[in-house]
Amino acid sequence: MPALLRRFLPVLILLALVVALPFLLKSAYQLRVATLVFTAGLTAIGLNILMGQAGQVSLGHAGFGGIGAYAVAILPTHYGVHPLAAFLIGVTAAGLVAFVVGRPILRLRGHYLAVATLGMGILIAMVIQNQQALTGGPDGMQVPRMELFGWRVRGAETWYWICGAFLIAGAVLAVNLIDSPTGRALRAVHDSEVAARVLGIDVARAKLTAFTISAVYAATGGALLAFVNAFVTPDIAGFLHSVELVTMVVLGGLGSVVGAVVGAAILVVLPQVLTVFHEYEHLAIGLIMIGVMIFMRAGVVPTLIGLVRGRSA
Amino acid sequence: MAELLQFIFSGLTVGAVYALVALGFTIIYNASDVVNFAQGEFVMLGGMATVFLAAAGLPLPLAAIAAVVITVAVGLGLYLFAIKPARGASAVTLIIITIGASIALRGAAQIVFDKQFHRLPSFSGDDPIHILGATILPQSLWVIGGAGVILAALWWFFRVTLTGKAVLATAANRLAASLVGIDTRFVVGLSFALSAGIGAIAGILVAPITLTSYEVGTMLALKGFAAAMLGGMGNPIGAVAGGLLIGLLEAFGAGYLSSTYKDAFAFVVILLVLFVMPGGLFGARSVERV
Repeated sequence: MPALLRRFLPVLILLALVVALPFLLKSAYQLRVATLVFTAGLTAIGLNILMGQAGQVSLGHAGFGGIGAYAVAILPTHYGVHPLAAFLIGVTAAGLVAFVVGRPILRLRGHYLAVATLGMGILIAMVIQNQQALTGGPDGMQVPRMELFGWRVRGAETWYWICGAFLIAGAVLAVNLIDSPTGRALRAVHDSEVAARVLGIDVARAKLTAFTISAVYAATGGALLAFVNAFVTPDIAGFLHSVELVTMVVLGGLGSVVGAVVGAAILVVLPQVLTVFHEYEHLAIGLIMIGVMIFMRAGVVPTLIGLVRGRSA
Repeated sequence: MAELLQFIFSGLTVGAVYALVALGFTIIYNASDVVNFAQGEFVMLGGMATVFLAAAGLPLPLAAIAAVVITVAVGLGLYLFAIKPARGASAVTLIIITIGASIALRGAAQIVFDKQFHRLPSFSGDDPIHILGATILPQSLWVIGGAGVILAALWWFFRVTLTGKAVLATAANRLAASLVGIDTRFVVGLSFALSAGIGAIAGILVAPITLTSYEVGTMLALKGFAAAMLGGMGNPIGAVAGGLLIGLLEAFGAGYLSSTYKDAFAFVVILLVLFVMPGGLFGARSVERV
């Protein structure tokens, strides 16, 4: 397989998926679920750069998603900012927060990093929860409609294509990053920080880059989700959502771009499918997570690729 | 003065529960390197099972003992059916398994029990005890005393009994431990059972004060994990100190600054401590070998 094709194979797979799905999905509801998968998938691709490439855990990434989501809710509602400008401000703000907070936090390793990012995420969620005048508190708030050149962006199908486009763009960026000097530096940091430092890699800076990029992805995903739902609640920034994001990445496969989207699809679609089982929903989700992780330790996508390779070899 | 004492009482009560959860984390982590995010669910199971067994007509002490036994069985089940089959998987894979287990246990609790909040009757009445102008509930003494008894029992177990020493040896070096004839798989199973038992007792002791429901585990696991990290992961004394410290911080923060941001103070302090001491308060400075 030519190198260029191999590099962009994940993007092509996702592109085919985005284009094909509207022909397969019948109702607006199904299209909406697919859109939710795309927004979560975008966040998961970003988090996978931090976790799969750089090998750093974050239990607070929902906080960045919350910043993006509440920016497009608060700024147009209270300050009359155009939704598109609010979107850009939110994403930039999340990137800045990650850049400032990242430097001290990323000095920590392993479980200590996990608890520090956890604390950061909780602080963000707590501010959103308690600044009732701005955010509506636990009840959440409406997100004003996006308006572009006098055209109101609405309807399941429109948002499907917008989020699909963002997903593809995010995948292209991630794939390019993986094959860039920065990507190689991140993988070196993942394998051994000491060895990477000896090779002349600025370890702190490489980690900070990955952290900031993943925060920008999360904020973009969060803002898109807010637009799609036209409503935000503090749950989007909460600890459980952070855990969900990490689960998507690990379940789909650490380091795999397609895996991140598959993981997102599993965690978004599963609860929708399992609602028919009513109260057995959570029990089933938990058991499925355990089962997948026991039998596909490297995650769904890498394990399947390994199976296919093993058979053809 | 009376106010200060009041905050110390409430901080120590909550802190004792966090300390027990953190201790549960530490015991499993030391024996198996698994960070068990289902630890909070053990606390929930202890409280909820006691409530429902008592409602079914069992006397309170019997219900409590039965609840501990049930939770220990669940802890063993978690090890046998979820952790053991994944032996050799990476740390993050194991973490996702325990997160899956915590979701599944919460889901099961919704079905077996219900979604309501429940309260156990206090063990020795509800008349507050007055000390130097401050008051303390008898149940708080049960919580703090219970935590103390558990700590003493654990100390005895690890320092005096042969099995306890086997656990310590496994924690220090698994390979070396198995070479001297210690069944390390038994030790890991035992550590899950022990953690589940400690969690269940904590859940029973605190249920008369804080109420219990199928959801209480999440927040407790979060605080317990933070407490274990604050003290220095793997250090049991650190876990207890971290738990008490977070309890006190919350009580003082809520009392003197703002009750809406009470959870924030604990995490701000944790972040500050970790910035200065990246290995926690009692953590050993680790050196990476290349």
